[in-house]
Amino acid sequence: MGQKHRFNVRHYTGFSFMTIVCLLILYLPLLVVLVYSFNDSLSITRWGGFSLRWYTELFTGVESAKFKQAAFNSLTIALSAGVVATLFATAAAIGMVRGGHFRGKTLSFGLISIPIMVPEIVTAVATLIFFTSIGIKLGYASILLAHIVFCIPFAYLPIAARLQGIESSFEEAAQDLYASRWQAFRYVLMPMMAPGILSGFLLAFIISLDDFIITNFIKGAGVETLPTAIFGAVKQGIKPNIMALSTLMLLFSIVIVTLSYLIGRSDSSKATH
Amino acid sequence: MASGTFTPVRKWLLLPTWVTIGFFLLLPILLVVVYSFLTKEFRGGVDWTFSLDAYDQFMFDRGLFGDEAPSIEWTYITIFFRSIVQALIATLFCLIIGFPTAYFIATRPASSRSIWVFLITVPYWVNLLIRTVSMKFLIRDNGPMNQGLMALGLIDTPIHLINTNIAVQLGLFYSYLPFMVLPIYASVERYNFALSEAAADLYASRWTILREVLIPSVKPGIIAGCILVFVPSLGAFLAPDLLGGAKTFMIGSLIEEQFKGTAGNWPFGAACAVILLTLVLMALTLYARAQSKERAQEQRAG
Repeated sequence: MGQKHRFNVRHYTGFSFMTIVCLLILYLPLLVVLVYSFNDSLSITRWGGFSLRWYTELFTGVESAKFKQAAFNSLTIALSAGVVATLFATAAAIGMVRGGHFRGKTLSFGLISIPIMVPEIVTAVATLIFFTSIGIKLGYASILLAHIVFCIPFAYLPIAARLQGIESSFEEAAQDLYASRWQAFRYVLMPMMAPGILSGFLLAFIISLDDFIITNFIKGAGVETLPTAIFGAVKQGIKPNIMALSTLMLLFSIVIVTLSYLIGRSDSSKATH
Repeated sequence: MASGTFTPVRKWLLLPTWVTIGFFLLLPILLVVVYSFLTKEFRGGVDWTFSLDAYDQFMFDRGLFGDEAPSIEWTYITIFFRSIVQALIATLFCLIIGFPTAYFIATRPASSRSIWVFLITVPYWVNLLIRTVSMKFLIRDNGPMNQGLMALGLIDTPIHLINTNIAVQLGLFYSYLPFMVLPIYASVERYNFALSEAAADLYASRWTILREVLIPSVKPGIIAGCILVFVPSLGAFLAPDLLGGAKTFMIGSLIEEQFKGTAGNWPFGAACAVILLTLVLMALTLYARAQSKERAQEQRAG
């Protein structure tokens, strides 16, 4: 298209500057914590040279047992909640996308969206009140249960989006060739859905790992996850070992999101060829 | 709609999700409404007798012993009002930074767009608690921001931000900024720039095009972004708790205090949660109405 105007209609001066500002705001606090976690100084705000002492302290110091237990709880809860939520969400996505029109479809979508729509603090209050009134003991199991519930929509969205992009003719062809319904799912539909399922799982996993508000309400005494342990520690002031721990969690999240991005990209490039 | 044969079976695949969310979230939310009408038990928990005490406490001040003539209780109304204002300001700032960013990304070559989107998404995936703690560390009185500004000679004494409304605002804005960028980006990406070209042919200025053509076309994305920032800001707990103090109290902290702190009044906390939920539902209804109006207009035009 020839440039027939005095100006490029797509270009607005200053918008690129705003983008730089936006990225600076998003990354500056994280970079600062990352840099200061390597600070060899007892005073956390004065730079005393590069060192790994706070990482050593984190793994071997007095608080290391507490953080290891919290990390174990966080990871096992996120893994289990992620797997269960992904299973439910995959089934739900097939029901919603391939179920045709049925009564209560809109209602079902509304139900799936509740955990995203309702403010986290309300979900936290609701879960606490429910568990105490039916007598579920607050602890590891109650955290796991609550995490499964709020992970479902996060797993559901990428899986359903993926499924919407797959034409149903593939499964129909398989069934025309006498594949059973299960075989058509297992050998035809599932491999095609796999990238969506994987990113759904990763999203659910991260969402569970991140959760503070709901976990804080229903964790009961003595059970900590990484966010609740960090919150408790930060209440007494930001110590350098917390910055080391934060940096590790930060890098872990970035690895997961990069993974999820690469899965999505390699897949979309395959689809267009 | 193909593969109708298995339809009746397939909808039962939703059963685990129906049961899980219905029983462990929808039912509990209804229970919160019930709890808000119960009598408070002193060690936390409730006594199962009907009472309007929670809402009465929210609205009216009846003196220390409850025997004075009721006057309007401003404490909680002020907290709710502050939360709404803070959430609105955060939404506005996110829009001011987020719209140009989303636009800029959407007008990059298709090959580099996904990298930009990735850069915006990464912070969203990083633990919100860690991000809030990072912000707190950055803006402390003797933190890197003040040290940097003092080293540059821009200020002589540290800017005191912690425990102010500005710090809470900064935290909210920082927490939810990616939520504003992504839906606007999705809208601008679908925008047909031939419309801008046509407007330019008719001698519209750059800003007229932006105001009269582009913004109306991407309005659904803008509204979606605003909702995605406003709703979580309204009930935010971490930013007001970690960056603010007693004078910057927001709804989230007020509710938390009723269940965790020494104040421990479950029906009152439940009532606050019900009021918060009502506000959120009102915002979502406005959003749904705006979306359906938009769709109706599109259909009329098309």
